[in-house]
Amino acid sequence: MGNFDVKVQRFIDIFIGKQAYLQVLEGLQNTLTIAIIGLIIGIIIGTLIAVVRIVPKYKLLPRVLNVICNIYVETFRGTPIVVQLLIFYYVLLPLLGIRMTGLEVSMLVFGLNSGAYISEIMRSGILSVDGGQMEAGRAVGLSFGTTMIKIVIPQAIKNILPTLGNEFIALIKETSVVSFVGATDLYLVFNRIGSSSYEFMVPYIVMAFIYIILVLIISAGIKLMERSLRKSDRRN
Amino acid sequence: MIDVINLEKHFGDKNVLDGISVKINKGDIVCIIGPSGSGKSTFLRCLNCMEDPTGGQIIFNGVDIADFSVDINVHRRKMGMVFQHFNLFNNKTVIENIMLAPVHIQTQELNKAKRKNLLLPITNLFKSADKKEAPVAITTTKAQIKADAKENAMNLLKRIGLEEKADVYPSTLSGGQKQRVAIVRSLAMNPDVILFDEPTSALDPEMVGEVLDLMKSLAEEGLTMIIVTHEMGFAKEVANRVLFIDEGKIMEEASPEEFFSNPKTARAKDFLSKVL
Repeated sequence: MGNFDVKVQRFIDIFIGKQAYLQVLEGLQNTLTIAIIGLIIGIIIGTLIAVVRIVPKYKLLPRVLNVICNIYVETFRGTPIVVQLLIFYYVLLPLLGIRMTGLEVSMLVFGLNSGAYISEIMRSGILSVDGGQMEAGRAVGLSFGTTMIKIVIPQAIKNILPTLGNEFIALIKETSVVSFVGATDLYLVFNRIGSSSYEFMVPYIVMAFIYIILVLIISAGIKLMERSLRKSDRRN
Repeated sequence: MIDVINLEKHFGDKNVLDGISVKINKGDIVCIIGPSGSGKSTFLRCLNCMEDPTGGQIIFNGVDIADFSVDINVHRRKMGMVFQHFNLFNNKTVIENIMLAPVHIQTQELNKAKRKNLLLPITNLFKSADKKEAPVAITTTKAQIKADAKENAMNLLKRIGLEEKADVYPSTLSGGQKQRVAIVRSLAMNPDVILFDEPTSALDPEMVGEVLDLMKSLAEEGLTMIIVTHEMGFAKEVANRVLFIDEGKIMEEASPEEFFSNPKTARAKDFLSKVL
């Protein structure tokens, strides 16, 4: 550790002198894009699956859909995300003849993966909304779907917002594996900086700090959002 | 208006409703009373298929709504319901609660008419000359529907003296206020009949009066009401028919004067001696 200041100096030389910060910004942008797009796809898929699981199952169609959703959720929860990335990038998409960049594949796979987890979060959120809300909607003649969209799901999302925030944070951290399919994220950039200077200690410390700051900013944002959403159910 | 024929409801092996037949006419104020667990709430909830009946028929305005192939949503619009726990939409303000269903349903119908008119040239191609349809006249707009619903909702709120609460969320209202808003929410659909499921049971005693007063004024206007209640005084005063239900059967049906002064069955006598 005696030459720590030398290591810092070397890092600064590369980071600013050789303009590596531009790459870092690109990596940061990719990390955020994958996490945000992944979360959006995940919320859409998760909500659809959650609703399918909650629909009364008198008829054949909901039952078939339910089985499909079960298989989907178990598959994506039962395999590591790295494996899913590799399978999509090297097996599934080539077989289907679809060309996608590593970044696009990452967004897709993170979306599909978080959809499986969010479906369970969303289901518990929907179940946490008082059953009377659905009954009241149906009693004035709205359909199951309309009541779900206009009444139940908005309240469910409010209830699960902290958990959704956790999912977003988890997504941001998990994106550090997308270099497996050649997408440039924070990890890959700092790894490159490290290899070009033969010095990994400082770059990895800086990387860790960037992740921590990202997560802190996001949790602060979630808290703000939660507070403004809570307005409708607090006495003022 | 509602003709219930041999209505049955089982939960598993349990027979909650055991062949109920009753005819409800326009303008009737029917109070349903009975011991707890007798099936009176289930009966009410079966009337608008909130619980699907396992047997029998419910003929409402000439249609058997117990039939699964019927679009129940259309018929529920003409059959309001008021719940014990109010069930106002928590994520909507008071006025949005009242406007939501009328605006949504009328907008849906407007869009349907527009779609139909749009496709009419194509569908008419496949019809013989005498069967060709003329486009549906569209007389309203989305903004107009909203404005009308808002005006109607404000009038309803004025009626219950809560117009200054229009833009607050239901969580800030008292129980009695919530229930009155819930009642005008179902009124906003211009229903033919309103079903009340123990509307005052979850209220503090001092708030029961305001809700009952509103129900009384609706009764005087000739609205058809079916009320499950434990308020015997209210039943005596307002109802024109009393149904006494026990063990999933109608044990006794009479006018309130007759029922309360001179019950015929032993069960009704026993029940009344406990509650009066």
